[in-house]
Amino acid sequence: MSNFIIPNLQKEKIEAYLSEGKRLDGRTVEEYREIIVEDGVSENSASAVKVKFGKTEVYAGVHLAVATPYPDSPDEGTFMTSAELHPMASQQFDIGRPGINAIELSRVIDRGIRESGFIDFKKLCIKEGEKVWQVFVDIMAINDDGNLLDVAGLAALIALGRARMPVYNAKEDKIDGFSKDGIPLNKEVTAFSMTFHKIGGKIVADVGKDEEAISEFRLTIAIGDNKGEPRITAMQKGKAGTINDEDMETILKLAEDKWTEMFLKIKEYVFK
Amino acid sequence: MAKGLYTKRNSGRKMDEVRPMSAKVGIVPSADGSAMFETGKTRAIAVVRGPRTLHPQHLQNAQTGILRVSYGMMPFSVSDRIRPGPNRRSEEISKVSEWALSSVVDLSGFPNTVVDVFIQIPQADAGTRVAGLNAAAMALAHAGIPMKEMVSAIGVGKIDKTLVVDLDKYEDSDYHEGEGSTDIPVVVTSRTKNVALLQLDGKISIPEFKETMEMAKKACNEILKVQMEALKNIGGSNE
Repeated sequence: MSNFIIPNLQKEKIEAYLSEGKRLDGRTVEEYREIIVEDGVSENSASAVKVKFGKTEVYAGVHLAVATPYPDSPDEGTFMTSAELHPMASQQFDIGRPGINAIELSRVIDRGIRESGFIDFKKLCIKEGEKVWQVFVDIMAINDDGNLLDVAGLAALIALGRARMPVYNAKEDKIDGFSKDGIPLNKEVTAFSMTFHKIGGKIVADVGKDEEAISEFRLTIAIGDNKGEPRITAMQKGKAGTINDEDMETILKLAEDKWTEMFLKIKEYVFK
Repeated sequence: MAKGLYTKRNSGRKMDEVRPMSAKVGIVPSADGSAMFETGKTRAIAVVRGPRTLHPQHLQNAQTGILRVSYGMMPFSVSDRIRPGPNRRSEEISKVSEWALSSVVDLSGFPNTVVDVFIQIPQADAGTRVAGLNAAAMALAHAGIPMKEMVSAIGVGKIDKTLVVDLDKYEDSDYHEGEGSTDIPVVVTSRTKNVALLQLDGKISIPEFKETMEMAKKACNEILKVQMEALKNIGGSNE
C-alpha cells in the first residue's frame, strides 16, 4: 500500500493533471470508479462476495461459530475482522503473518462496522454467559489497483448484509446448516467508509495505485445514517502528512456529499 | 451544547477540562532522549535512541534517516494482565504514532540512520496513545532531533450527547448510556496547528466533530506549555 515506489516523472504528471482538476484515467477528483458486486465466491460459507472498484478487487466472506461470550458482555455476540493482503494481489505483498498494512486495514474496517451498531450483538446471544455467536469477516485482496481500504470495507459490509444465519442444534451442540434468515442487523444504521487522499494540493476520492503511492496523507471516514443525517462512526488518518483547517473542511464537505449521493445505492448492494 | 444524560463528569471535571498533568524530561540516563508524561492516572514514558546506523542495510534510505516508533502497554498497566509483546492494537498505534511524529521531525541530515522511539505505558486510565505521544515529542526534543515544530496530543470525544476533553477510562470504555462514548485521539502541531494524528471511534455528527477539533486545539495549547516547561527544566520535575 504505502511502500510502492513510482517514478518522479509519473508523480509530476499526476500532480500536473490534478492541478487542473483532472486525473490520468479521465475521472474528476471526486469521482469513484465503477463499482461491481457479485455473489457466489463460495457456497460453503454464510456469505462470500466479490467487490470491484475498477481493477481493484476484493473478496469478503462471513463465517459464524458458537463461542463463549466476553465476561464484560455475557449476553452479546462477538465480532472479528481479519484481512489478508496476499502476494497474488500485488508485487508489494508477501506471504506470511499479516503485516501492519493488513492489520490497520482490518482494524479500521472493524471499527467502522462495530461502532455503527450495524450488527445486533444482543440477538447473537444463544445462552447468556455461556454461548453466543461469533461473527468472522475475512477479507482477501485479489488485485490491488488502489483504495483497498474502501473496496474491502464495502465488501465486508455487503458480506454481512447477505450472510445466512446458521441453525444451532442445542441438543447435540452442533450447527445444522443454514436457515432462510439473515444475521441480525440494524439496517437503518448501515455505515460505509470513504477514504480521501491529498495529492498535489487537491483532495482526491477513490485513488488509483499510483495516486495512492504519492499522496501526502489519507483520511478514512465511516459515515452512517442517523434519521436522514450523516453520522461519523469511525475515522483514521494515515501517512505522515498533516491536515490543515482548509483540507478538513473540504474533506468533511466532500464526505457528506458523497455519502448522500452513494448511500441508497450502497444499501441496495448490502440488502440485495 | 445539546442536553443529554451526561451532565456532570464522573471525575468532577468541567467538560473542557484536562486532567492534572505532570511532565519530566531526562528519566532514562542511557538514552539519547527520554521523557515522562502523566495525565490523571495515565502515565507514559518515552525513550529515544539514535540517530544510529540502520540494520539490515537494505532498509536504509540514502536520502534521509527514518523514524521508527514502538508503542506498548506494560503487562501490569491495567487490571487484566496484558500479554507481553506486540499485538494488533499496539502495532496499529505504533504506526499512527510513527506517522504523527514523522510529520514534524527532519532526519534529512542523517541519511542511512534510524531514530527509534520507544513508548511504554506503566499505568493506564485511557488516553494512553496521546500521553505516549506527548512524552515522545519531549523525548525527541531532548535527544536534539531536528524538529520543524512540536506536537501535543489529546483525546476528545462525546459522552452520550455531551462533548468532552481528555476522557478517562470510565468515560472511554465503561459508559454505555444513551449514545454511548465516542473517542477521538488527536495530535496538533504547535506552530501551524495542523492535525498530525486523527482517529475516531463512536457516533458523532459532522458539526459536533468540528467542535471537538476546536476543543482539541485549545487543550493542546495547554499541554504544549507543560511540555515546554519540562524541556526548560531538564532532569527536574514540573508538577
